[in-house]
Amino acid sequence: MKMMLGKVELPNPIIPASGTFGFGYEMAKWYDINCLGAISLKGTTLNARYGNPLPRIAECEGGLLNCIGLQNPGVDAVISEELPKLKEVYSGVKLANISGFSIEEYVETARRFDTADVDILEINVSCPNVHGGGLAFGASAKAAGEVCASVKRVCKKPVFMKLSPNVTDICEIARACEAEGADGLTITNTLLGMVIDPRRGKPIVSTKMAGFSGPAIMPVSLRMVYQAYEAVKIPIIGAGGIRTADDVICYLSAGASAVQVGAHNLVDPMACKKIIDDLPKKMAEYKIDSLQSIIGRAHG
Amino acid sequence: MYEITANVCIAPNVYEMTIAGDTSNIKAPGQFVNIRIDGLYLRRPISICDWGDGWIRLIYKVVGKGTAKMSEMTAGHKLDVLVGLGNGYNMEAARGKKIVLVGGGVGVPPLYGLAKRLAGENITCVLGFNTASEVFYADKFAEFAQVHVTTADGTCGIKGFVTDALKDMDYDYYLTCGPEPMLKAVHGLGREGQLSFEARMGCGFGACMGCSCETLTGTKRICVEGPVMKSGEVRF
Repeated sequence: MKMMLGKVELPNPIIPASGTFGFGYEMAKWYDINCLGAISLKGTTLNARYGNPLPRIAECEGGLLNCIGLQNPGVDAVISEELPKLKEVYSGVKLANISGFSIEEYVETARRFDTADVDILEINVSCPNVHGGGLAFGASAKAAGEVCASVKRVCKKPVFMKLSPNVTDICEIARACEAEGADGLTITNTLLGMVIDPRRGKPIVSTKMAGFSGPAIMPVSLRMVYQAYEAVKIPIIGAGGIRTADDVICYLSAGASAVQVGAHNLVDPMACKKIIDDLPKKMAEYKIDSLQSIIGRAHG
Repeated sequence: MYEITANVCIAPNVYEMTIAGDTSNIKAPGQFVNIRIDGLYLRRPISICDWGDGWIRLIYKVVGKGTAKMSEMTAGHKLDVLVGLGNGYNMEAARGKKIVLVGGGVGVPPLYGLAKRLAGENITCVLGFNTASEVFYADKFAEFAQVHVTTADGTCGIKGFVTDALKDMDYDYYLTCGPEPMLKAVHGLGREGQLSFEARMGCGFGACMGCSCETLTGTKRICVEGPVMKSGEVRF
């Protein structure tokens, strides 16, 4: 089940997605999280953020809307307080997930994580829940490329750009990031959506529009991974709607080298472990010798 | 997995469900369970009314799709339930004081398990409802405490809100659960106590930050640091 994510080796392709797994240690009470392929940590900004007002969650068919708004204690507190707590219970690969409201902020946050106890810098240019940040950088190839180039200039650790599905052409943005030195891509983040309470006729969450995730978005993200795989050579982490070992095999077939499980962690805290336990059974059933060998087999 | 052993209507749209299964994760009254319901994506958090060896009692009001589906379930139905979530009432902080338990509507149930475990202490209960037909469990609380019922329309007990019963009462510590305006009003009467909050939750176990609220002692997750908070930390 070993996978290579660029130069980083993962014991298996399963990574809990940022924002659905806290800083990891909170989940250690459910199972030994060392079984995970890696962990993508809660989205972090330069300064502490409370995030958006409640309500931040609305259920809908096939998933949920969230507008957490990057609640986090700020990069310095993450490094000094959260990472040591994680280290007590987890020794595997860690992705720092970084957001910002300006290129300078992305760069400064990434620079501080570059010398911290993390392995990959995952640059989130796709958060739909903050104004003037996140998605504003992920919506154009030029802006995403600029963030990528600026971070690469000051950081030594591998940089993965987490891209948004709320774009016209994912390939153009993927190519721009590759051209600016990105070591990999995470595709994708939540889709911008809305849920209205029919009784009141008003949106349920405080920001009205928010990020939609869950099984319903899988065909969209899977398609984008497939497209991006043909556009770039750097490794792709597939994300969107994954619940089962079968879903993982589909993403690898589309071209992903690893996957992130997001919303499903919120429904079932054991989700990632169950998928990891199921993968060998599915590999046997489908006569797959190694997961690495099926990357991109949907093409051609 | 848990199994429903009973699910009965005890007041208009209010049901009492008993489930059988492991209760070892329940540490204190005021904690909650999170129930997975076929066909709905997110779990439904429901406060624990009472529990014993191998059984849990839940009281819920039908307010949407999830609770409507729950109300149709019958004995023998198997449920995927996360049990013993959240931070419950700290009973030690209340012992030895003149305690009042203040419940409003479906905020009443968790106070029952609390009253039972505080039996022998100096307890008074104030249970608020809209109207006489909606009153439930007042007789059960009477086993452990003196009970005052209030109804907004005056059809049972004191006419008005729980605060109308509390204003002339002699107490020095309160334990409350109910709608937020009621919590605010109880808090506004002063004295020390503990308040249980409700929120739309994503996960119910601290992973998503979907129910975070700002308190005087920093940002807290209602599902982990709450639902029960101390009067000295809450901010309305």
